[in-house]
Amino acid sequence: MTRSISTVKLPDLPYDYGALEPYISGHIMELHHKKHHAAYVANLNKALEQQAEAEAKGDVSKLITLQSAIKFNGGGHINHDIFWTNLIPHKDYQPPSGELKTLIESQWKSLDDFVTTFNAQTAAVQGSGWGWLGYNKTTGRLEIATMANQDPLSVTGLVPLLGVDVWEHAYYLQYKNVRPDYLKAIWSVVNWKNVADRLAAAKK
Amino acid sequence: MAHELPALPYDYAALEPHVDATTMTIHHTKHHQTYVNNLNGVLDKFPELKDLGIVDLNKAVGTDKLPKDAATIIRNNGGGHYNHSFFWKIMTNPSNTNGPSGEVKAAIESAFGSVDEMQTKFNAAAASRFGSGWAWLGVKADGTLAIESTPNQDNPLMAELSGTAAMTPILGLDVWEHAYYLKYQNRRPEYIAAWWKVVNWEQVADNYAAAKAGTVPV
Repeated sequence: MTRSISTVKLPDLPYDYGALEPYISGHIMELHHKKHHAAYVANLNKALEQQAEAEAKGDVSKLITLQSAIKFNGGGHINHDIFWTNLIPHKDYQPPSGELKTLIESQWKSLDDFVTTFNAQTAAVQGSGWGWLGYNKTTGRLEIATMANQDPLSVTGLVPLLGVDVWEHAYYLQYKNVRPDYLKAIWSVVNWKNVADRLAAAKK
Repeated sequence: MAHELPALPYDYAALEPHVDATTMTIHHTKHHQTYVNNLNGVLDKFPELKDLGIVDLNKAVGTDKLPKDAATIIRNNGGGHYNHSFFWKIMTNPSNTNGPSGEVKAAIESAFGSVDEMQTKFNAAAASRFGSGWAWLGVKADGTLAIESTPNQDNPLMAELSGTAAMTPILGLDVWEHAYYLKYQNRRPEYIAAWWKVVNWEQVADNYAAAKAGTVPV
């Protein structure tokens, strides 16, 4: 039985687990990648397998019951796939430049003001979710958005440029309940070049 | 009268080794305290709601009894305050836990076949709740027991929310990551299995009796 969607794979991180220290601990990075993201990948593959079988049998009821597993795990995979590339060791950190810098400054006056606004909205996410910087292709503007659980930003129509995971597993071992401290720290390891590349790709 | 953080009925280390002392300390003094603070904050802005007790506040979620500007804050923080106040009481030192007996045991067996089968269903609800939330064992309007899970700080008192089956909770388990991550990391099923060893079945029996009498355990 051939699958119409090929098996999804856990991507390697572009850096060692400890490379984002002291902003994000190596222990968190390892669990986050090897356990959490790996589980989304495994569960997504299982759900897609079952979906193919159900489709072949014409079992629509089964297809419907698989929807939430595909949403949860597919979203988890998509989001973390983007997230790892959005981060970079601090020694390689470069602030935004070029078109991205221009857009951020025209919309939020400064990078600092953007970060303050982003952090306020992202800290306020109830329960598990993500803060996103997205690109609106219709207006040509950047937008800050938050999403619950593993709902991918793409369902809003925005193109994801930069995501910040605020599920407690993303920070709890290091920052405990103090999500705002994590949100202050993470900006030291944001890979603005990757964000700019995603913006350029979105504008094509 | 302002809502207050209730004291735990035991020391922070009392649930060791199943729920660690650091988690209990942060969970109580930081997470629950924040829900209390935020709840009092919003009630200061809407003092007409101060006369509703915590149970009626939770029951009002999803109804127009709550002003639009307060609704979400009350859902999250009124829910959080009720849920955690309830949660501390249904746990106890593992040496005190004996399993269900009497009427609540009979009700469990009647609804699920056996205590084991109830636990299996409860564990599945707790493990499969995606993201943050709670698993509940509660008494439905028809007097029978049922299990459900709710997202974030919702609970079965919030009957007016679509997707929430109304129940009076008699047992509940916090599956937000903050409830278990320091000790169990991603291994939520291990946390759930360990948690049964600290369930205060006497309190559950009291909760059941209250529910049958038409009151909500606080």
